[in-house]
Amino acid sequence: MDLKLDHRTEDRLTIVEVEGEIDVYTAPRLRELLIDLVNKGNFHLLVNMEKVDFLDSTGLGVLVGGLKRVRAHDGSLELVCTQERILKIFRITGLTKVFGIYASVDEAKEAHGRDK
Amino acid sequence: MATVELTFSALPAHVRTARLVATAIARRTGVAEALLDEVRLAVGEACSRAVEAHRVHCPGEPIRIELRDDSGRFEVTVTDSAPNDDLQSPGTANGLVSVEASADSMFGIVPEMPGLGIAVIAGLADDVEVSPGPTGVRIRMSWPAATPNGVPAH
Repeated sequence: MDLKLDHRTEDRLTIVEVEGEIDVYTAPRLRELLIDLVNKGNFHLLVNMEKVDFLDSTGLGVLVGGLKRVRAHDGSLELVCTQERILKIFRITGLTKVFGIYASVDEAKEAHGRDK
Repeated sequence: MATVELTFSALPAHVRTARLVATAIARRTGVAEALLDEVRLAVGEACSRAVEAHRVHCPGEPIRIELRDDSGRFEVTVTDSAPNDDLQSPGTANGLVSVEASADSMFGIVPEMPGLGIAVIAGLADDVEVSPGPTGVRIRMSWPAATPNGVPAH
């Protein structure tokens, strides 16, 4: 399955909807989107990965790259993910300590609101 | 004896094909359903790393993947042809290095986090061997599979 990307802004939070496979072939598109969003002043990103079927280290690298970019503007990049097979790769690489990972968009929005 | 061998051009789009083939053969070989995601991810990581290495050093050369069903295990070997000067370091005299030792020196498929792909493979397969050499890197990994009579091997 190819990669589908969409995004919307709610309050100060930009929600990036990702669907499909994030791998060495498709990850550049996600990288371009994150860079574009940051360049346009969106520094608080929430990446919804609930419809992601596959994620590899290329995708992890793109997310880490995005995190570095938003942090340079005192921003944030957090994730929504409950799929065990996706969470596993975050655990293997220790990135569960780097990203805020939430069970739903609403839960993430609530946490983001508290932090504002 | 290899049950399936395939070669593919060093294009990112072909990595997905390699993943699908490896997963299909793993299933047919009798690898447990719970392990198929690990096979898919580990094979994808190895092929992604090889594709990136070839794109830098030898884009015209194909990447080879062998899928074997030997002694109750499903074994996958991904071999690239990209020279890697960094691998001529202490600890590689016998052509083998530990995954931990090799991870930092491998070509990273992720510019932000070099070596992450190898680290992921090490976390997924319980049997991994990374064999760097002057003419390329071979990554061999295996998982338990069903024996010929259908009983899962341990």
